[in-house]
This record gives sequence, C-alpha cells and structure tokens, in this order.
Amino acid sequence: MSLNVLSVQLMTSLAAEGDTFETPGVRSFWWPLVGGDHDNFAFTRPSLVMILSVVFLGWFFVSTTRRLALVPSKRQWLTEQTYDFVRNTIARDVIGTKDFRRFLPLLFTLFTLILVNNIAGIIPFVQYPTTSRIAFPIVLTLVVYVVYHVVGIRSKGGIGKYLGGMVPAGLPGWLKPIMFVLELLTYFFVRPLTLALRLFGNMMAGHLMLLVFILGGEYLLLHGDNFALKGAGVLSFAFSILMTAFELLIEFLQAFIFTMLTALYLADSLSEHH
Amino acid sequence: MHFASLAASGESTGYPEQLPLLPHPAEMIVGVIAFAVLYWLFASKVVPNMEKLYAERAAAIEGGMAQAEEAQAQAQAALDQYNAQLKDARGEAARIREEARTQGAAIVEELRGQAQAEAGRITDSAHRQIEAERSSAAASLRGEVGRLSTDLASKIVGESLHDEVRQKGIVDRFLAELESGAISAEKVER
Repeated sequence: MSLNVLSVQLMTSLAAEGDTFETPGVRSFWWPLVGGDHDNFAFTRPSLVMILSVVFLGWFFVSTTRRLALVPSKRQWLTEQTYDFVRNTIARDVIGTKDFRRFLPLLFTLFTLILVNNIAGIIPFVQYPTTSRIAFPIVLTLVVYVVYHVVGIRSKGGIGKYLGGMVPAGLPGWLKPIMFVLELLTYFFVRPLTLALRLFGNMMAGHLMLLVFILGGEYLLLHGDNFALKGAGVLSFAFSILMTAFELLIEFLQAFIFTMLTALYLADSLSEHH
Repeated sequence: MHFASLAASGESTGYPEQLPLLPHPAEMIVGVIAFAVLYWLFASKVVPNMEKLYAERAAAIEGGMAQAEEAQAQAQAALDQYNAQLKDARGEAARIREEARTQGAAIVEELRGQAQAEAGRITDSAHRQIEAERSSAAASLRGEVGRLSTDLASKIVGESLHDEVRQKGIVDRFLAELESGAISAEKVER
C-alpha cells in the first residue's frame, strides 16, 4: 500500500511538470534540505528558518540594547516599541505590577520568536512560516505548559493545594466534582492543545491559501486555454497580494494571542483564588 | 497503519504519509534549542538592559521634573525681585516728587517771606524818614513859631521882648504848656 501511495505521488508530481495541476497540500510543507523523506532527523527548511530567526533576533536585540541611550535611535526605538508592547500591554496589564518582571524574558522570547517565524511566511525568499510546522508550536506550548504548572504549584504551595485550588470557591457540593474534572481537563489538556493548534492551524491554513492562490494563478496563467482562464489567473495573483497583507495581520495577531494567553495562564497560576 | 508498521519495524519515518501532521523530531529538537538560546540571550542581556533603561528613564523624568520645578522657582524669585525693584523705584519716584513739591513750596514761602521782609524794611525806612522829617520840621517850626510869637507879642505889647525872650525859657515853657493843654486859647484871649 505504501508503494502504491508513493507511486501515485510520484506520478502526479511528474504529471505536474506537464499539464495537470498539483493541488498544494500538507505535503507542500515537507521540505527536507539535508536527509531524505524517511529520515527522522532530516534537516528541514523550517529548521533553517528557525535558526536564522534566532540569529537575527539575538543579533538585533542584543546589539540595540547593549548601549541604551535615554534618547533612542531609530533601531533602539523599534526595540523599545516591541519591548514596551510585551512589557506593558501584555505582561503588566495581565499579570499585574507585582510579579510581571520575572516573566518578561519568557514572554518577550515567545512574542518575538513567534512573530518573526510567522512573518517569515511573507518575507521574500524566506516565505516559510516556521510555525506552520506543528513541531514548533508544540515545543513552545510545552515550555508554557511546564512553566505555568510549576508557577502554580509553587505559588499555591504544593501539588495538592494546586489541584484543590482548581475548584472555584463557593460552589454547592454536588457541583464540585464536575467542576474539578472540567478544570482538570482545562488545565492539563484543553489549554496546551488549543494553544499549540491555534497557532499551527492559523499559520498552516494561511500559508496554504497563499499557495493555492499563487500556484493556481500561475497554472491558470501559463496553462489556461483561453483568455478568460488567463484573466482568472491574473485575478488570482492580485488576490494573493491582498491575502498577503491579510496574512501579515494574522501573523501578528497569532503571536500576540499566544503571548497574551501565556500571560493569562501565568496570572491564573499566580492568583490567590482561582 | 503505514506509520505504525514503520514505527514497529524500527525504521525512521521522516515524513509520515499516513499521519502527515505528526511533529518532525528534528524540528522539535531545533525548536527547543532555538527557544533556549533566545531565552538565554534575552534573560541575560536584553531584558536586564531594558529594565535598567526603564529605571533610568523614570529617574530622568523625575530629575527633569525637579529641574523644572527649580527653574520655575528661580523664575518666580526673579519675578519677585523685579516686582520689588519696580515697587522701590515707584516709591523712590513718588518720594522725589513729594520732596520736589515740598522744596518748591518752601522756596515759594521763603521768597514770599523775603519779599515781605523787604517790603517791611522799605516801609519802616519810609516811616523813619517821614518821622525824622516831621521832627525836623517840628523843630524848625518850633523856632519859627517862637520867633513869630515873640515878634507878634512885642508888637502887641509895644516893647521889644527880644532881649528877654532870648533866654527862650518863657517861649519854651509857653509852648510846652500849650501843647499839654494847660493853657487854652480862651485863657489867652482873656
């Protein structure tokens, strides 16, 4: 069966060289640079983009904050605006002035890393949103997952109290077990799942849509039989430009939401009462 | 099934055809390392520097406010000083004006006094002159009247009384009595 599937794939990809249109799909995101299709440790294109993004972010923020002036330069201004957004809009407003400072490195890392890797989807020549590969959202979510549980257990003083604190106070007795199960599911299952899948799904779907419009437009323009189809190809290209602008919004929004939710979970873990 | 069979046989899968959304192990490793490196950079360098800047900026703003307050106080002091000086100058001017006025009045008064004194002096000297002339006239008249009287009396009596009268005592006594009213005209007629 595996041979069958493979041969079908091979045939369609060969056919795409000719006249038939190969629909972009999940397979389009698989792009090994070193190693083959069956290598679990193949070095892929998103891995390269991720490494480059870390190099860029590290260089940019370290170089702009090495010598900080009270009156900022242009690059320092950009750094400050980004930092200010994460620090004041996300961390301070959500976590509160008392505890937010120790989570700033985490939140700032999450926001900038996700933002750059999202925007990588529309940066010319990079054009690959790293976060559309589920491995990266899973890694980031795992970090957040571990951190908010540890923070919660520490601030409540023990695992037992942490689990007990999940039931809201002032509930009637018969509702308590139901609420406990629901909260347990929320804390240990729903939160990480939605956090990872939201980011991954948005990025993958958005990029897939761009692929469809651009590849489809190209196919219609080059292989269209008449002018109507060629015109549709041009229209498809135009729409892809519009979608690119829209993607930029989504990419920023997803980075913001991920960081915001992390801050919310942390604030929840820190709060005295659930 | 495909994935399961491959996994069971211990082979690497790479791109899982049956479950294409499974995370790729190499990417997860890269992701963990990338996050760790960036977190380390941010936690050790970027965030502390930025927080220091925030603290410095807050201090600078507070310092700037203190400076502004100081400048304001200085400006207020200058204004007060200026106002005081202006008030002093106004007082000075008023004082000078008042002084001039009193001095003028004094000068006028003094001149008036001088003029009055001069006038008095002139009047006095005139009086004295008149008095002197009157007394000299009276003295000459006294001599003349004595002589005329004795002439008249000698003509009336028919004898010259000139030699006797030359002793003058009689005429003088007569005139003194006449002046004091001891001898009236009727007495003489009788």
